[in-house]
Amino acid sequence: MAENKHHEIESLYNDSQHWHVNAGDETIHAKRMAGRFRNYKWYASTLYLLLFILPYFRWEGSQAILFDIPHRQFHFWALTIWPQDIWMLALVLILLAITLFAVTAIAGRIWCGYFCFQTIWVDWFTWIEDKIEGNPIQRRKLDSAPWAGKKIRLKLLKHSLWILISILTGVTFVAYFTDVYGLWYSYLTMDAPLTAWVVLGTLFLFTYVFAGFMREQVCFWLCPYARIQSVMVDKDTEMPTYDILRGEPRGKLRGKDSNERGDCIDCRLCVGVCPTGVDIREGMSEGCITCGMCIDACDSIMDKVDRPRGLIRYASRKEMDGKPLPPLFKRPRVVTYAIILLLSMLGIIYGLTHIPPVELSVVHERQPLFIQMRDGNIKNKYTIKAVNKTPTDLHMRISIETVQGISIATDKDKTAVLKSGKIIPFNVFLIARPEALKEKQTPVRFILESIESPTIRIEYESVFIRGR
Amino acid sequence: MAKQNKPQQAPNTGHEWDGIRELTNPPPRWWMISLHASWIFCVGYIILYPSIPLLHESTKGLLGWTQIKEFKEAVVENNAIKAPYLKKVAAMDGQALLADAGMRNFAESSAKAIFGDNCAGCHGAGGEGSPGLFPNLADDDWLYGGDFDTIVESIADGREGSMPAHKGMIDDADIEQLADFVLASSQGKATPKGLALFNKSGCADCHGEDAKGGVFNDLGTGAADLTDGIWRFGGSREDILRTINSGVNEDPEDIPNTRSAIMPAFGEKLSPEAIKMLAVKVYGFGGGK
Repeated sequence: MAENKHHEIESLYNDSQHWHVNAGDETIHAKRMAGRFRNYKWYASTLYLLLFILPYFRWEGSQAILFDIPHRQFHFWALTIWPQDIWMLALVLILLAITLFAVTAIAGRIWCGYFCFQTIWVDWFTWIEDKIEGNPIQRRKLDSAPWAGKKIRLKLLKHSLWILISILTGVTFVAYFTDVYGLWYSYLTMDAPLTAWVVLGTLFLFTYVFAGFMREQVCFWLCPYARIQSVMVDKDTEMPTYDILRGEPRGKLRGKDSNERGDCIDCRLCVGVCPTGVDIREGMSEGCITCGMCIDACDSIMDKVDRPRGLIRYASRKEMDGKPLPPLFKRPRVVTYAIILLLSMLGIIYGLTHIPPVELSVVHERQPLFIQMRDGNIKNKYTIKAVNKTPTDLHMRISIETVQGISIATDKDKTAVLKSGKIIPFNVFLIARPEALKEKQTPVRFILESIESPTIRIEYESVFIRGR
Repeated sequence: MAKQNKPQQAPNTGHEWDGIRELTNPPPRWWMISLHASWIFCVGYIILYPSIPLLHESTKGLLGWTQIKEFKEAVVENNAIKAPYLKKVAAMDGQALLADAGMRNFAESSAKAIFGDNCAGCHGAGGEGSPGLFPNLADDDWLYGGDFDTIVESIADGREGSMPAHKGMIDDADIEQLADFVLASSQGKATPKGLALFNKSGCADCHGEDAKGGVFNDLGTGAADLTDGIWRFGGSREDILRTINSGVNEDPEDIPNTRSAIMPAFGEKLSPEAIKMLAVKVYGFGGGK
């Protein structure tokens, strides 16, 4: 028994011997090749170009997309989201999370491979590197060369461009929180507020270090997604897979026993193009971001050696085992995700179409709960907090719906001006004849109606308290 | 190519449990960089900021930063922001201040802390007072007047109630009757006979011939309106008897049961603007006139 166990441990050690995990000791210099998935990556890249352009769009005299933190407003063209609507953010987060889960269940780490900003920025950075320093072989040679004229010149150029992109990334990020034109002006005149500099500096540093130096190390060791993907994928998940039955035993194309060998000619091009430096032939690993570069590489080789494409291809474990892939609606995991997705989507659509023009809350005073007046009447104090979400000031008529005998104390309290975009809390007093109050608490409904536009009418339930 | 983790050959600590060996493979490089960056930061922090606790204090740090210094700077900054508003408060009179929604909101918000520090101890956070001990500021019963300027005056100069102890001055039987009379009059059931006794006994000198209280006399004693439903010192018959017998603000050494009604003057302690803003808040409790 003990012998057997010892053997098992030894076999684990043996297994891990050829298991290559890059802990950051080597720089991955991946070869860049044209191909189908390479193109997909570029298409996805262009989506991020939008990110750089969007802050410059204007809407009705101000920035179209603006996270206005001082005023607690989020502007998206005609839409303005207020803190009171923030519950929608929870739905948006659920939507995004479930989308990620659903996509992972269906097709693995599509996000990582094509859409993640880490992947995209690394792709831009290595593209620049490739253009300036040459192909991976030249790059490795340059890295080991002594610091001299040409090396300094090339490295300087590369890092300048990296820094430029990083600064642009930082400025673009800040631009979503303040007016972009004013921001550029204040940066260029060195007049920006400290916060703007700190955020720019942080974003710059993270972009430069993450995309320039850490690269796949971020995916390996920083990003939690790689660690939890194994609970999100199953045997039906499509992801880049090496067809082990067709490929093995791998070996040279020609020569002795070449007829008995599989289709894999062990050219290692799939490893050479991998941006995270994994060997797809060892199976799925936490390092694989499923970007499909190895598929492009392998297909090009298969074309050359005149064998069918798809030795590495998007396929599920079941397909590899020769079983058919069940349709999406028969996969409980996918169906569950789809239902949650749909619900949160409906919630967001409902929320966006039902943002009230005025948000009202009426807070009954707790100290004191009621005031005994000289003439025996009971007075209750209410604090009205109303947010006017419309662009103009609103003149409101305040009325109540309750039992006979309770009324608004003074005529002054029957109207109020709600300043646009502001909350100025004000008090309203209700007064009641004691004999009108049968119960300790009497329900009161506050109604605020706009005098100019009667469609704006909001109600709020509160109580009138009599005391013992 | 890659430097690989080779368990078999990797430097080995020599520790082994059931065949599982503890290796000495290095952690990822960025981990090590972060580790070193962290301790370098710590050393820098220890040098620059107060950090090492000593017996009575801690090391000062080169920057000389302290929490209280930062707080004081923030207070100065805050005061600078508030200054123009306070100037406006000083310039505006009570009615203007109450009518301007923005300034009124500023005053009430600022007064919240001032009220909490100086007033709420007796009058309660919402001005509700404490029955029998401290007057309620939210109702419409004012011993000294409920208009804005009088409220300012009450806060600035303070108030001291005064009522003689009547035990011995008036017959006990009459005191009983007077107690019955004021109790009835607060319920609107005053009898002419009671009012006659009230006037005869000298109560009217302060409380007025109609028992409607000191707002209408110039004595400044804060004599209460005895015809309304609000009782400064409690409205039960025992409470009323005690107030008549033992008075208000008599020397407690002589009359231990006497009522205490002293409002300290805040004119020295608080700025005129602060008092004005407090008055806005007190006015806003609902009883202001």
